[in-house]
Amino acid sequence: MTSGTTTSSGPGPSVPVLDDDPFSRSFLADPYPRHERMREAGPVIRLSHYGIWASARHEQVFAALTDWRAFSSASGVGLADFRKEKPWRVPSLLLEADPPDHTRVREVMTEVLSSRRVRGLREEFAAAAEALVGDLVERGTFDAVRDLAEVFPLRVFPDALGLPEQGRENLMPYGGMAFNGFGPRNDLFHEAMADAARIQEWINEACRRENLAAGGLGQDIWAFADTGRITPEQAAMLVRSLLSAGIDTTVYAIGNALAALAAHPGQWARVHENPALAKLAFEEAIRFESPVQTFFRTTTRTVDLGGVRIGPGEKILLFLGAANRDPRKWINPHTLDVTRRTAGHVGFGTGIHGCVGQQVARLEGDVVLTALARRAATLTPTAAPEPRPNNTLRGFSSAPIRVEKAAVRSR
Amino acid sequence: MREPEFVTVVREKTVVSDGVVGLVLGHAEGTPLPSWRPGAHIDLVLGDGLVRQYSLCGDPADPSAYRLGVLREPDGRGGSSYVHDSLSTGDRILVRGPRNHFELEDAPSYLFVAGGIGITPLLPMIAEVDAGGARWRLLYGGRTRRSMAFLDVLDRYGDRVLVRPQDGHGLLDLRGFLEEATRDTLVYGCGPEPLLTALEDACGARAREMLRVERFTPREAIHDDRDGMFEVVLAQSGLTLTVGPGQTVLECVEAAGIPVLSSCQEGTCGTCETDVLEGTPDHRDSLLTEDERADGTTMMICVSRCLGERLVLDL
Ligand code: HEM
Ligand code: FES
Repeated sequence: MTSGTTTSSGPGPSVPVLDDDPFSRSFLADPYPRHERMREAGPVIRLSHYGIWASARHEQVFAALTDWRAFSSASGVGLADFRKEKPWRVPSLLLEADPPDHTRVREVMTEVLSSRRVRGLREEFAAAAEALVGDLVERGTFDAVRDLAEVFPLRVFPDALGLPEQGRENLMPYGGMAFNGFGPRNDLFHEAMADAARIQEWINEACRRENLAAGGLGQDIWAFADTGRITPEQAAMLVRSLLSAGIDTTVYAIGNALAALAAHPGQWARVHENPALAKLAFEEAIRFESPVQTFFRTTTRTVDLGGVRIGPGEKILLFLGAANRDPRKWINPHTLDVTRRTAGHVGFGTGIHGCVGQQVARLEGDVVLTALARRAATLTPTAAPEPRPNNTLRGFSSAPIRVEKAAVRSR
Repeated sequence: MREPEFVTVVREKTVVSDGVVGLVLGHAEGTPLPSWRPGAHIDLVLGDGLVRQYSLCGDPADPSAYRLGVLREPDGRGGSSYVHDSLSTGDRILVRGPRNHFELEDAPSYLFVAGGIGITPLLPMIAEVDAGGARWRLLYGGRTRRSMAFLDVLDRYGDRVLVRPQDGHGLLDLRGFLEEATRDTLVYGCGPEPLLTALEDACGARAREMLRVERFTPREAIHDDRDGMFEVVLAQSGLTLTVGPGQTVLECVEAAGIPVLSSCQEGTCGTCETDVLEGTPDHRDSLLTEDERADGTTMMICVSRCLGERLVLDL
């Protein structure tokens, strides 16, 4: 690794240039020391490997996320610039759109995932968590990722959507495509896309009105097509948004939370003592080990970010996961603290694209951690978690743990 | 059924006076725009929860264009500065409406009073009234002549229009102007709050029957108002707190050492949603549906307040 500086065009300080490849396997397997180098190099840096701009500091990442006029999503929130390259799939109506188009569909999606609707899911989600976690705790040792994080969201979310039973095994691979698809065309990208055509076909079928069960979120979206607020084509695309954004993210988030809590026994003791802390612990884990590590924006005009001038039409990589550990913003950022005030973390993004499913994600995290907190006095890792490389997501393919069953408590 | 909502394209943007730009919007799909009557306004949905209302000031018979006049608001933030500084020809804007709370009613004679940008809804009214042959006069005030928009449009009406910039004439002589009113005259007024209050005073006992006004209250101003103290009882923690003016429930709860989740702190993300056990919340978020608001069983404590004196929260 080398670094240097270059003088940006026009007035302004020189901009540090780093040659790290943030999508290489080595970077993805151990991102934090590299984040630190980038964060400390400057508020905004250049990554020479891709000829792009980047920021790993909270202030600048936050500023870019909340200024959609200058930092556009419509050219893609991955490395590919949709104005120059054909996207691998039809762009998302939410994630890869700017106002005014974004505004209308976002309002529909906000209504679909209304607070009342999400509350209505709680009972079923909690029952599923109690059952699954109950069995695992009886076993004493299990894999927090393979046996719990990868199982739970797939048990509850596809049903909540009303997806067909047949073919649900395509959901995780589709998420893998979507999130690897934001990176460069590296081997992760190509591996994920190996079976793309077949998987996309299943996804497209699953989004059709006649294939979605009554009473699910999918039909709720379609109902908006009847009111004329969205077209049938848009309805299908919005169902697709829930499929690509709503499963892998929570799998990674739950796995990361369990791995982080197992690695911090003192913090788990607090959650076990007071299961009401479960939802705070989940939130802190999203800050600490952010499932969504990066998203791009494209400048629409010359902008000043952290005193650096960036011209129009430039791609900038925002390191959400690094911003969530910026010592300028957080005290002891590399420590998990379940009662930390997490407000301001960007693990769910922020601004107009801030995660529209965050209450669903929190619900899943809460019910799983609460079920475990009631039953397990301790969580102990029995092997180091195995990183699962992905161009956008950070998480593990395996995290074996042993749990010590708690004395029966009434509650 | 929801009102129309559609994407428009900025066809023209011109400076029409000091601090005022005129916009011409066309339908993005080239189709006719929804029809409207004088006095109507539309919402410009500018993103980030920014929604601004502007009166239509063009010709209702022209379905190809909406014309608006946009004053730069003094606080410098929000929608008007975006329209002034960033919006350009070719940009796309989401529009809702039109709707009309300022209908032009039939009368044999009219008196119009405009203050500043309040001229905009009156322009199509005047055009219609004039074409219909009714008697009318307009009293138009503003800070300075240069700040007063659409004087060129009004030129053709000759001395029916009294242009009275404050720097030359002082405050508008409303009483003098209203002396022309007969028993069946309708008075239409639009402008800043002090002008409308003065107009109501000047109409006196007859205000109800003869006066029609439209107020421009930026939504932001409503949301910024945080006054009013109330009590918040945290049922689980057994604490009773007082939320002071200028303080949010969230801040107050956090200051008491109760950890609660929050994120956007502007009522847009849903993170701080809290169950309400007693009391009526004053909802100021942009998330809850009308039904959920009416229910009052949940609230976003980062922005929402209390309609009474006491809330009991499940915290
Ligand atoms: C812990 C789990 C999750 C994490 C960490 C997460 C993270 C994010 C982030 C960082 C963004 C912002 C993208 C940007 O700024 O460009 C986002 C957007 C989005 N998320 Fe999530 N998400 C999670 C779970 C979910 C779930 C469960 C759903 C669906 C129910 C969902 C649906 C979406 C959608 C549709 C968007 C696009 C919103 C827009 O562009 O307006 N996410 N998410
Ligand atoms: S913190 Fe986002 S709605 Fe209150």
